Amino acid sequence: MKKLLREFFKGIGSENPIFRLILGLCPALAVSTSVVNGLGMGIAATFVLLGSNIIISLVRKSIPDQIRIPCFIVIIATFVTIVELMMKAYAPELSKSLGIFVPLIVVNCMVLGRAEAFACREGVLASTLDALGMGVGFTLALLLISAIRELLGNGTLLGFLILKSFDPVLYLVLAPGALLVIGLLIGGINFLSSKRRSA
Amino acid sequence: MDLAMFLSVIIGAIFINNFILSKFLGLCSFIGISKETKPALYMGVSVTFVTTCASIITWAIYNFILAPFHIEYLRTISFILVIASFVQFVEIVIKKFSQALYRTLGIYLPLITVNCAVFGVAVLNSEMFFKRGINTLTSFTMSALQGFCVGLGYILVMLFMSGIRERLELCDIPKSFKDAPIAFIIASLMSMAFMGFSGFRF
Repeated sequence: MKKLLREFFKGIGSENPIFRLILGLCPALAVSTSVVNGLGMGIAATFVLLGSNIIISLVRKSIPDQIRIPCFIVIIATFVTIVELMMKAYAPELSKSLGIFVPLIVVNCMVLGRAEAFACREGVLASTLDALGMGVGFTLALLLISAIRELLGNGTLLGFLILKSFDPVLYLVLAPGALLVIGLLIGGINFLSSKRRSA
Repeated sequence: MDLAMFLSVIIGAIFINNFILSKFLGLCSFIGISKETKPALYMGVSVTFVTTCASIITWAIYNFILAPFHIEYLRTISFILVIASFVQFVEIVIKKFSQALYRTLGIYLPLITVNCAVFGVAVLNSEMFFKRGINTLTSFTMSALQGFCVGLGYILVMLFMSGIRERLELCDIPKSFKDAPIAFIIASLMSMAFMGFSGFRF
């Protein structure tokens, strides 16, 4: 039980896909202009991760080793197509603002990375928890980045005006701002964790 | 097919909408392989080759299979499968014909399968050039051209970045900002410089 819980929590903390493993960055930076987009992308990626991890760990014994990557990709692409169609049907606004980054979940290194590093070795329950933990960690990281960018770049949070007497820093909503925010965040987290280790 | 349209695709793909700096596609490999100039250049060349060929192949699939049968929703799954098998095929061919080339490029090829830039350019082509009113010939040339220019833009930024990072090795950077964080901050400054290109109008 303790081991399973550890699989879940490592994705949020010590092996956070964005801040620690530096995986899955393209969507993290491109869609994090507002909290709503960040949350939508986080949930979509978590669903794909969960589905593909479960299926891959179920069929892991019958996939030959040489062609495992194409097999994984087909499974992942199936779930991405499901998400794409569902999002178009139930959240057309979100689907429009995420644009090509919804189909791009298929080449998100995080999803294939988890399939390769975890789901093809471990059982179903452990893989499910691993996917959930990684998904939650990814979503939280996206929320943090998008909250910073939306609050400082636009003065709003979830669309509500928060900072009234403040000139928004448009730079943060544009492309260079995303790179700066993530660079500072990763550096800051490295700094904090090295401090804790030495203390 | 006029010249202005060609130019706007070329300049657009290399500078204005540079895949790495303004669309964030191919970031993982950009941060991972840009530590030295030589591997960065090799990676850039292989990416350019694959994006060009992938654009042509996915154009054929979209134009002759997906669009006529109205099964556009299978785009994601068919494109990624074709790209993955194409990369595998290239790897086998290179291994067979030139061991020297395989040793320099071989390790990058598997990485290209999951490089967002390759899949991204295929999806982008299918969204940009398949509107009603654009004839087949134009959409083909435009797709191939965009694939090639995206690769050129990728090489350009990889070379800039690896040049800067080679010099950074000698600098005194705070310990927690070494490697990835400082690379992101440099990329941010470069991206700001590239935003200057967005003033171009055609």
